[in-house]
Amino acid sequence: MKRPGLGTALAVVAFLTFFLGPFLWQVLTSLWPDGELTRPWPSHLTGANYQSVLFGRPFLWAVLNSLVVATLTTLFCLTVGASAAFALAKLEFRGRGLLLSAALGVSMFPPIATVSPLYLILNAVGLRDSLVGLALPYTTFALPLTLWVLTSFFRQLPDELYRAARVDGCTPFGAFRRVLLPLAAPGLATTAILVFIFAWNEFLYALTFLSTPEKRTVPVAISLFASEYKEPWGEIAAASVVATLPLVVLTVLFQRRIVSGLTAGAVKE
Amino acid sequence: MPAVLVLAVVALYPVLAAIWLSLHRFILVFGERRFTGLANYVYLVGDARFWSALGNTAYFTAVAVTVELLLAVPLALLLNRAFPGRGLLRASVLVPWAIPTVVSARLWAWMFNPDYGLINRLLGGAEINWLGAPGYALHAAILVDVWKTTPFVALLVLAGLQGIPEDLYKAARVDGASTWRQFRAITLPLLKPALLLAVLFRSLDAFRVFDAIYVLTEGGPANTTETLSIYAYKTLMRSGDFGYGSALSVATFLCVVLLAVVWLKWLGREEGRR
Repeated sequence: MKRPGLGTALAVVAFLTFFLGPFLWQVLTSLWPDGELTRPWPSHLTGANYQSVLFGRPFLWAVLNSLVVATLTTLFCLTVGASAAFALAKLEFRGRGLLLSAALGVSMFPPIATVSPLYLILNAVGLRDSLVGLALPYTTFALPLTLWVLTSFFRQLPDELYRAARVDGCTPFGAFRRVLLPLAAPGLATTAILVFIFAWNEFLYALTFLSTPEKRTVPVAISLFASEYKEPWGEIAAASVVATLPLVVLTVLFQRRIVSGLTAGAVKE
Repeated sequence: MPAVLVLAVVALYPVLAAIWLSLHRFILVFGERRFTGLANYVYLVGDARFWSALGNTAYFTAVAVTVELLLAVPLALLLNRAFPGRGLLRASVLVPWAIPTVVSARLWAWMFNPDYGLINRLLGGAEINWLGAPGYALHAAILVDVWKTTPFVALLVLAGLQGIPEDLYKAARVDGASTWRQFRAITLPLLKPALLLAVLFRSLDAFRVFDAIYVLTEGGPANTTETLSIYAYKTLMRSGDFGYGSALSVATFLCVVLLAVVWLKWLGREEGRR
């Protein structure tokens, strides 16, 4: 490879500014003293916005709610998805390809198309306005992604392992649980991260199905952040940083995994 | 195995139920619910607000996806090269992708703020009301979408790039082909399936846009940013009209299916040609 030229350097700087700039501006806004927002530059930085967001508003509840919903969704998806993906990758049966395409098709549904029936069902079974009731539709929407990523991981495991386990007297499920599942741990981790991010970020269902303010998730809480006389921009920025920082850290730490997970189903098929 | 079956049922049922609901006059608060056949769809065809929402959605999708591709290809080419700091660029590119859409919409709403937002400051104290002026607002929403999803498109393109054998370039260099010529003759044709796939994913995704626009403008000013999802949401949840709201959601669903069929056909033809 040749040395990077001026063009490359300029392009890198331009892309970095475009992608990181808005986020860094948000971080700066969150540290900006209230009442100084009209000035071109803050006179000093302050943690006051964080203090009022975390302790003056029920925002911490929203963080907790989001944690619960995202964790539940991840658990549901991995429990259901792992065995299904194993079956899709290692067992021979008719309609395999069809099922995978159907799963992909499901993930393309516009969520709005399913809002009205889901609302009525959740209402009928008494799960509307509950965090578990939110995790269920999240699971159906994240399952296709789970299946695609996990199936491609299971495919990479050599078939001999599965056959050897069967010869040693394992049932198909036993072979899956004792031999393949532990080996697929990196795949499970990748899936867990992707599903968690999906559930943490989802907005439409959370806005529609939750009505009690104490049950709001982070995106809903941030979208409804308002003060009576003016938009509290500093506090919104602080809340946004709180909602985002864990994800940013997660993404930067696991970027290789996330990239391989995102492109696994899409490109290799 | 049962898991897969469950998935099929659970995912299919709501759509079928939505179609069924759309054949009713169903106002939740009045408890009114009776079968009216295609009445909702007859009304929909004559509903000017539906057509303007459809137009906004189509415009949003077409412009957003085009700009994202135009930015993502150079970005992917850049990420495919070895240079100091590539890891940093790769990681930071994922930051907008990981930020919840609602948060990124709020973040941009702040930058679009007419009085002291960053954008008007950078424009030297301009006083453009980005989100309040028809004509500007939809483009502002497009910018938010571009910022958030270009990284994802770039990753798909990058995966496609990495599938192109290095030998082809070596051979081309031996033949004395210029960088531009190499790009036109090797990269672009071989990248076409990956590009089409990205267009497929992104356009289906952009067509159901809700979060970003809802937070930025709620469909305003004067409905100039109202997309199908927003109109359907308002009809369902604000007016409580589940019959017509379902008809609108089904219409959105059908548009997405139509779009998917067209793209998949094209994609299939490309694959067949190779």
